[in-house]
Amino acid sequence: MAERMQFEYNVDGGNFTRAGFASSEIKKILKKLNVDIGIIKRTVVATYEGEVNIVAHAYSGTIYVDIDTERIRITLKDEGPGIPDIDQAMEEGYSTASSQVREMGFGAGMGLPNMKKNADEMQISSEVDKGTEVEIVMFLHNKE
Amino acid sequence: MVKFFHHALKFRKEICIGCSHCMNECPTQAIRIHGGKAELTDNRCIDCGKCYMVCPVGAIIVEADDLSRIFDYTHRVALIPNILLGQFPEGVSISQICSVLMEAGFTHIFEVEHGTRVLEDEMIRMMEQKELPRPLISTFCPAIVRLIQVRFPMFTDNLMLLKAPLDIAAMYYRRKLEEDGASPADTGVFYITPCAAKIAAIKSPVGEESSPITGVINMDFIYNKIYTKVKQGLSGKGSCCLPAMQPLQPEEMVWSLTEGESARMPGRTLAIDEVSNVIEFLEKMENEEISDIDFLELRACDQSCAGGILTSGNRFFTVERLRMRAEEAARGNDSMIYDTAGDSIRDHSDYLNEHLKVTQIKPRAMDKLDEDMEQAMLKMRKVQEIMKDLPYVDCGICGSPTCNSLAEDIVQGKANVNQCIYVQKRWEQEGKLQPKESMEILKEIWGEDKF
Repeated sequence: MAERMQFEYNVDGGNFTRAGFASSEIKKILKKLNVDIGIIKRTVVATYEGEVNIVAHAYSGTIYVDIDTERIRITLKDEGPGIPDIDQAMEEGYSTASSQVREMGFGAGMGLPNMKKNADEMQISSEVDKGTEVEIVMFLHNKE
Repeated sequence: MVKFFHHALKFRKEICIGCSHCMNECPTQAIRIHGGKAELTDNRCIDCGKCYMVCPVGAIIVEADDLSRIFDYTHRVALIPNILLGQFPEGVSISQICSVLMEAGFTHIFEVEHGTRVLEDEMIRMMEQKELPRPLISTFCPAIVRLIQVRFPMFTDNLMLLKAPLDIAAMYYRRKLEEDGASPADTGVFYITPCAAKIAAIKSPVGEESSPITGVINMDFIYNKIYTKVKQGLSGKGSCCLPAMQPLQPEEMVWSLTEGESARMPGRTLAIDEVSNVIEFLEKMENEEISDIDFLELRACDQSCAGGILTSGNRFFTVERLRMRAEEAARGNDSMIYDTAGDSIRDHSDYLNEHLKVTQIKPRAMDKLDEDMEQAMLKMRKVQEIMKDLPYVDCGICGSPTCNSLAEDIVQGKANVNQCIYVQKRWEQEGKLQPKESMEILKEIWGEDKF
C-alpha cells in the first residue's frame, strides 16, 4: 500500500510576522522525505505566495498538505473577502493590496501568477465575502 | 557510509569528559554522546569549529602539519593571511613578525590577500553575467560551502565556482618561483591558517582536484612562536624584505573581514557572519522570503576570519588593527616593507584565470530520512509516533542534542527510546523498567565513571 502523509497548518490573517511559517515547515518535511531539490523549491515558492495571500487578504486560513510518493497536493483555504474576478487576479501586477501591505514588501500583484508558474497544476475557487480555496499539485515524477 | 569530507577537527577520546558542550553547540547536530565520549557524524560536520571553541578540556584538536615539514623543501614559502598580522598588540611590528618567520626557516613570505586582486576581477565578471542565478554566493569561507552542501543543497547552484584567495596566491607564487628557476618539486607552500575549515578544504578540496598548498600550519602555534621571540627580545632587529610585489591595496587588506567582499561587488549585496546567523538567513531565503539580492558574503565565524578558531588575539581588536592598517595604507604609510620594483599579480591573470575555476559543487543533503521516499515516509511517521513520548525539552541527557534528533536516531537504528530520562521515569513508575536497568542505560551514554 502506498504511503501517504497529511499535515495541517493554521494561518492568521494580518500576522505578517509569522507569514512563511507553514511554508518553512513544509520545506523541512520535504527535505526529510528526500524530495527532489527543484521540486521542493517550486513547492515552497508557491506555498509561500499562497500563505502570504491569506495573511494579506483573509481573516484566517488553513493550509492542508497531502503527500504520497506520486505527488504533493497543497490546499490553501481561507475565510475572507474572496476574489470577485479570478481571471483578473491571475494577471501579473494586478493587486488589491492596501498601501500598508505594499510598504511591507508584499502585494506586488505577483502572488497567484507566481503560484501558477511554480505549480504543476493549480485550481482556484472563490466565493465573494466567504473565502477562497487554492489547490496546487506538484508531481514527483515527470508527468509531462 | 561513504565519507564525503576530510575533517581537520579530531576528537581525542582519551581526553573527552563527555560534558556535551560540543553537542549542544554544533549547528548541524553532528555530535552525539556515547560511552561518556563525544562522537562525530562525519558527513554532517562542516568544520566550523564551534565545538572546538566550547570544549572545556581541549579534547578537540585541529590536525595540521608539523613546522618541521617545511624542511622537506628547498624553497619554503609562508603564505600568511592578513589576520596573522592583526593578532599582535601595538608595538609588535610587521617586520618583526616576518623576521621571526624567516628565522623559523621560511625562505619566502607572501601575503594571501595578493590573491584577491585577480579573484575580484573574475567575481565582478560573474556578477555581470545575467544568466547566472541570484544571489551569487561567495565560496570564500569553506565552512559555509559545506554548510550549503549539507543543509541548503538548493543553493549549491548559487555558489560562485571560484577558488579562494589563498589558492590563487599559492598558484601565483609557485609560478613565480618556477620562472626564477626553482623546481616545483623543491617548493613547499605552507598556509598559516586561522581556522579548521581551511585545512579541511585544502586536504580535500570541494570541487577541485588538487591544491597548490603543500601544508598547513595552525595560526595559534605560529603566534606563540613569534610572540615568545618578540617578548624575549630575541627578534625584530632584522627587517624583512617581502618579494617583489606591488603593495597591497587597502581594500585587499580587509578582504577576509566582514564586508570585505560585499563592499567590492556591484548591485545589492549583503554580508552575514557567524554560522547561526547564516543559517537563519538561508532558511528565510529558502522560503523565498528574501529576494532581489545580487551577492551574498557568508562567513562561519563572528567577525569573519578575525574570529577564526585558531586565532589568539581578541577578534574586535584584530578587526580594528587591520582596518587601521588599511587606512594607513590608503594614506601611503604601510609599514610592510616591499621590494617595490615588483610586478603585479594582474600581469599573470591569463594564467591564473585559467586555473581560477572549480568544478561543480555537489549537494550532500543530510536531512533526508531515507533515499527512498516511501521508506522516508514510514520513518517520518515513526518519528512522529516517538515524539509523542518525548518531552520536547531538548535536555540532551539521551546523548542526542534534541528530542527530535533522538527520535530520528531511533528510527535510523542508532538509539533507543529508553535513553530518554522522562521515558525512563515513566516506565519505572509503570513497572516496565527497573531503576537498576535505567542506571545501566545512563552509564552506557555518559560512561561508568560519572555514576
